[in-house]
Amino acid sequence: MIDALFFYLFAGVMLTSGLMVVVSRNPVYSVLFLILAFFNAAGMFVLIGAEFLAMLLVVVYVGAVAVLFLFVVMMLDINFAEMRAGFQKYLSLGLVVGGILVFELVTVMYGDVFSNGSLPIAIEIANTTQLGGVLYTKYAFLFQIAGLILLVAMIGAISLTMRKRVGVRRQSIADQINRRPEDVMEVVTMPSSKAQNKAKAGAGSVDHE
Amino acid sequence: MLDLSLNHYLTVSAVLFALGIFGIFLNRKNVITILMSIELMLLAVNINMVAFSAYGGNLEGQIFSLFILTVAAAEAAIGLAILVVFFRNRGSIAVEDVNVLKG
Repeated sequence: MIDALFFYLFAGVMLTSGLMVVVSRNPVYSVLFLILAFFNAAGMFVLIGAEFLAMLLVVVYVGAVAVLFLFVVMMLDINFAEMRAGFQKYLSLGLVVGGILVFELVTVMYGDVFSNGSLPIAIEIANTTQLGGVLYTKYAFLFQIAGLILLVAMIGAISLTMRKRVGVRRQSIADQINRRPEDVMEVVTMPSSKAQNKAKAGAGSVDHE
Repeated sequence: MLDLSLNHYLTVSAVLFALGIFGIFLNRKNVITILMSIELMLLAVNINMVAFSAYGGNLEGQIFSLFILTVAAAEAAIGLAILVVFFRNRGSIAVEDVNVLKG
């Protein structure tokens, strides 16, 4: 009873904020509504018994991805008003496609495809413990690959956004280390003073290099 | 109506997924909103996975939801990085301007 009430609360707020993400005029509001949608999805996950994923959703999405979006939206200097040209044109098309999609998915669901039982009785072990027991044994390699994906994404993002500015003098450490005495130092053998005097006497003027 | 079942969760996730598609259609010019719509669709997929996992009584769905979360985070980071670089080069983020590779 009470969880059904909470389910409708979470679902209602989540779907409303999802709609606001899409139709909002200002992208900053879109990001904030996205955060609200993620929070409500986390509540829904708690309701269904997946506490660990709920916390992960809050930490990863709200803490990292949404902030990243907010950062990019505020960093780029774009006139968002003129981006909404053609909004009305695609409205009907989007509504038709979305409506067809919802109709199809819901039709499939209310057939006899899925058994429609209630939630199985919760086991005494906490959700996080259960997940950890499976994740670090059966899916250990997948877990490693997920870490690798994150590493590749991090390196890719850094190398994409890094740029070399022209006209900025920076310390070039590689050049400094690779500097060898033979390349930069020249040993000049000067003629001795006796020879010099002799040459001066002979030629009159000496070209000092 | 007041007894929650799998179908409740699946319906919510279906509507959320359709909202994501709707957002992609609606914001044809704004790449940032398109990326946010993709995040909404991935969230809908996650809800689907977790609902099936909870009602089916095995944890595989939640494990895969974890991996979806990972890939979604990586995708958002790379996508936004590409967006920033594109904005730096062209001064706009409109989808129609993304035609450098056109022959």
